[in-house]
Amino acid sequence: MSRQSNRTTDNKKMSSELFTLTYGALVTQLCKDYENDEEVNKQLDKMGYNIGVRLIEDFLARSTIGRCQDFRETADIIAKVAFKMYLGITPSVTNWSPAGDEFSLILENNPLADFVELPDNHNTLIYSNLLSGVLRGALEMVQMAVDVKFVQDTLRGDNVTEIRMKFIKRIEENLPAGEE
Amino acid sequence: MADESLFEFLHLEIVSHIFSQQSGKGEMDNKDRAVCISVLEAMGFRVGQGLIERLTRDSPSFKDELDIMKFVCKDFWTKVFRRQVDNLRTNHQGTYVLQDNKFALLTQLSNGKQYLDQAPKYLAFSCGVVRGALSNLGLESVVTAEVSSMPSCKFQVVIQKS
Repeated sequence: MSRQSNRTTDNKKMSSELFTLTYGALVTQLCKDYENDEEVNKQLDKMGYNIGVRLIEDFLARSTIGRCQDFRETADIIAKVAFKMYLGITPSVTNWSPAGDEFSLILENNPLADFVELPDNHNTLIYSNLLSGVLRGALEMVQMAVDVKFVQDTLRGDNVTEIRMKFIKRIEENLPAGEE
Repeated sequence: MADESLFEFLHLEIVSHIFSQQSGKGEMDNKDRAVCISVLEAMGFRVGQGLIERLTRDSPSFKDELDIMKFVCKDFWTKVFRRQVDNLRTNHQGTYVLQDNKFALLTQLSNGKQYLDQAPKYLAFSCGVVRGALSNLGLESVVTAEVSSMPSCKFQVVIQKS
């Protein structure tokens, strides 16, 4: 096996494994700390949100993307730039609602869930729910309130992983509260 | 392939979560801190075990303890922390000190003495990773970390003789 030529790929793969394994250890720990899957899902979402509000700065610094004109452009950037940059995958953007305010990201494979199997007693666990929070937190920092949900999950037997994203509203810059 | 920064973001958030979970019950005393540190260390342990398995799948077995430690300092450290250990010292009696002058998980924290008291929180996981890796290579150990000036860090590994 030629080790030298594969060094860069190996390095990327290893940091990818470090991330995947750490994520798995986190989910395992949360399942131990909280009684039910719902609570774990909530915690994952909350942690994801905290990561997302910081990740967006890293993303904007590294991608030199300007302001998106509309939600469609946002969807494309998320799928083709952000997911590619951070997870090395490019989900497809489909299932647009007629009003253009809702779409799905379809992930053929999910790096977070590499080598993961859900045990039987955790069938309402949304293993990758950190992603929902990350997307929500990141978009909030660019003035978009969105709702993010996993509607299909390969870990729960579906063919693909589908994340549904819905635009709620534009967040106006908040002025400090007056004295009332 | 997950980007390197993702692990760093995740690690920071995990530390923050574990500590805020514990302190949510009121003031944090030393015992609470110790619990948090050991939870983080245990998580790192499992991750270290998994990582070393994948890394050494196709490697030949090691000659001796020192050989294993050198592997950890070079190949393992490079793969996990993106650089080699700068200095390895040993008393040839089971104690090793691994010095990394630019430890990957500390570079974002500070460049010197600022936040020195916070450093242990951010090293617990890594100590566990090292302990887990050694464990799967057949060496039971106790791993602690010491920082006097960030981002330089010394990991002390004491091999437990069974």
